[in-house]
Amino acid sequence: MSKYVLERLQARFADQIEETHSKLGDDTAVLKRDRLVELLTFLRDDPDLAFNLPIDLTVVDWYQKREPRFEVVYHLYSTSKKHRVRLKVRVDEDDAVVPSSWPVWPGFDWYEREAWDLYGVRFEGHPNPTRIMMWEGFQGHPLRKDFPINRRQPLTTLLGEQK
Amino acid sequence: MSEILIETEGGELDAAPMNLQMGPSHPAMHGTIKMRVKLDGEIVQRAEVEVGYLHRGFEKSCESVTWTQVMPYTDRLNYVSPLCNNVGYCMAVEKLIGVRATERCEYIRTIMAESSRVGDHLTCVGASAMELGGFTAFLYAIEAREELWRLTETVTGARLTHSYCRIGGLKDDLPPDFIPNYRTVEKKVRSLVADMHALLDRNRIFLDRMKDTGSITAERALQWGFTGPVLRSTGSDYDVRKASPYMLYDRFDFEVPVGQKGDNYDRYLVRMEEIEQSLRIIDQCLKQMRPGPINLDDGRLVLPTKDEVYGSIEGTIAHFKLIMDGIQVPPGEVYSYTEAGNGELGFYLVSIGEGQPYKCRVRPPCWSLMQAVHEMIEGYQIADIVPTFGSVNMIGGECDR
Repeated sequence: MSKYVLERLQARFADQIEETHSKLGDDTAVLKRDRLVELLTFLRDDPDLAFNLPIDLTVVDWYQKREPRFEVVYHLYSTSKKHRVRLKVRVDEDDAVVPSSWPVWPGFDWYEREAWDLYGVRFEGHPNPTRIMMWEGFQGHPLRKDFPINRRQPLTTLLGEQK
Repeated sequence: MSEILIETEGGELDAAPMNLQMGPSHPAMHGTIKMRVKLDGEIVQRAEVEVGYLHRGFEKSCESVTWTQVMPYTDRLNYVSPLCNNVGYCMAVEKLIGVRATERCEYIRTIMAESSRVGDHLTCVGASAMELGGFTAFLYAIEAREELWRLTETVTGARLTHSYCRIGGLKDDLPPDFIPNYRTVEKKVRSLVADMHALLDRNRIFLDRMKDTGSITAERALQWGFTGPVLRSTGSDYDVRKASPYMLYDRFDFEVPVGQKGDNYDRYLVRMEEIEQSLRIIDQCLKQMRPGPINLDDGRLVLPTKDEVYGSIEGTIAHFKLIMDGIQVPPGEVYSYTEAGNGELGFYLVSIGEGQPYKCRVRPPCWSLMQAVHEMIEGYQIADIVPTFGSVNMIGGECDR
């Protein structure tokens, strides 16, 4: 049904799309990040696409499995057209920066903060790019695959310990 | 006595805005959450919400256990309606594997998820009423929820964290006396819900506190990514069960209640009507349901029976492999979505062909709601924070994961 979305995107932003697939019925487009905000605005404003509901934003860490390391994954939905799309942007570890979707929807506000907090992917242009789950001063990004699951970081200074 | 007790400059009381920290542990806040509010007298000028106090690393934990062992963690997301999460997670894994549960299994899952939803809405409405001083309504709501939980306990064996679903099926079939028991419970729940309507619908205090407070427009709500009863109270009719029917929802006759103004009172009415609709769905399930298998006949997913495990070498090996290595899920990624108590509950799973999830992301409906709560309380009085926060129904376990 909604292969149409991918076709529309291909027609308009052919040079921005690295690959597309519709495995298991989830239409997916892998994008370059340069014109991401423009592309998201097009998805929102185009009357035939009308993606008005930002659903989910998360990051997949392909540590030592794939290059580039991080995949930022967006899920969008349109309440009027009843179709969905998944967008992906791949970024390297040294250059883990993606433009923020804040100008398009405010709805990824905390999602972007969470992605920064837990994966260390920075969202350029986010109005409040601070940690949200962890506390300020936390070392590292816990959902990265190279962060050990049992690493402890006590928030308080223990008795007799130097701060 | 004409003596002036307090001298102030210019003869007026100092009216500088006051900063107030509400939480993280506050008697009128169910859930560990902090709000920093800037007050001009009684009016909230600006608010900032701070979450994360209940973060337990759901995703990180899921990455180090087998696909089946994730089930107890999903119980602890929205712990008021755990069965909705169980069903959502199972559906996601099944979609990734490319199988579909049996018909009877889907009926039972629907019954359990809907009764969980009723319990969720009752808790939310009851707690909101209690925070506004309507303690009686709270007791009625909890009594009704308790009836449902007792019934759920006869099915799942647990009151709160059920872990009832399995990938490819269920832990067990319904007990033989489920239908008569359910009818008794349904009667009680209906009568208690009717009592709650009588207590609250035209209660002057309740109306004054709930009407025209915490409003948000449909357009703004969509921009913030709202789903569920809070979105529907603004007039948008997005309900996953109707928009893209999963399981057997296309077979049931039910309505999606919507509000008009998107204020607290509309949210209350939407939730109360959804209770009614959920009971209708369960009723239709019980009428349509036929006996049949509840688990798929698929040795890759479902544990063999105990007879096979102890009586045949194949059974023993299959049991051992499924427990020790876990279900082998083919490589790929999937986003599966269901309608939970608070809105669209999505699971985004990534598999690299192992017995453990490579990534198990949950899209919690509360997360989107909470990021916009500041818009719903700014401009209103500080006392309005309490009903607004109550009607958003933030569940810490789901929000912070």
